[in-house]
Amino acid sequence: MVPFGSALMVSALLFVMGLVGVLIRRSALVILMGIELMLNAANLAFVAAARHVGSMDGQLFAFFVMTVAAAEAAVGLAIVIALFRRRRTTDVDQVSFLKW
Amino acid sequence: MSGRELLFWADAIVAVMTAGVVILHRNPVVCALSLVLHLCSVALFFLLLDATFLFAVQIILYAGAIMVLFLFVIMLLDPAGEGVAGRAGKPQMALTLAAAAALLAVMARALPGLEKGGGAAALPEGFGRIDGMGRLLFTEYLFPFEVASVLLLVAMIGALFMGRKEAD
Repeated sequence: MVPFGSALMVSALLFVMGLVGVLIRRSALVILMGIELMLNAANLAFVAAARHVGSMDGQLFAFFVMTVAAAEAAVGLAIVIALFRRRRTTDVDQVSFLKW
Repeated sequence: MSGRELLFWADAIVAVMTAGVVILHRNPVVCALSLVLHLCSVALFFLLLDATFLFAVQIILYAGAIMVLFLFVIMLLDPAGEGVAGRAGKPQMALTLAAAAALLAVMARALPGLEKGGGAAALPEGFGRIDGMGRLLFTEYLFPFEVASVLLLVAMIGALFMGRKEAD
């Protein structure tokens, strides 16, 4: 039996690691990977809560999060490809022209 | 400590280490491969938490499909690691680490309140299996299910539009 509290703690730690990855990396691809890390950490918390409560709703939420993650990855990577075609870079610091 | 708990902690160490490689390594290919390992370790978490269907979906959809997409794009854009973008500057790094530590502290403080209510509830028959998931998906969650199908369609059209050749 996995303790609920430790599962949530691991999930929180993984979420924060994903957040750090999004904030400190400059490659758009690795930033997308950091987002995947965060979504997975949230999924882990959902599944642990579903196990704790004994209801499958949490697992279905994790399932929908996976759907959203797949859509996000497809569109995000397409944007990165379009960006690379125009600017020859995936460095987010070099494509800050929308920032004032 | 039961065998399941031991496996959980071993898996937690693997998950944290692979996540560390993902956010710190300079080569995006290594990041992606480490992320595959991380997703598999999360799948093992799902198995330990009695979510057998999600365990299979996690490996097939995440570690299989999404990561192949990532690797394709990395190979397409960044051959031989040329022009690999590194990390942010020192001030941003320090601010990020401070904010991350603060967020972790807040979440750790919120934990004891969540743990109340004793041990885990008894599991109903077929918990986490595909038949139970399917029944819920097509009855109680029918509307979100249909919305998800529209979302995937929109994402597909969006990806096709973004990735098309320039007409001009």
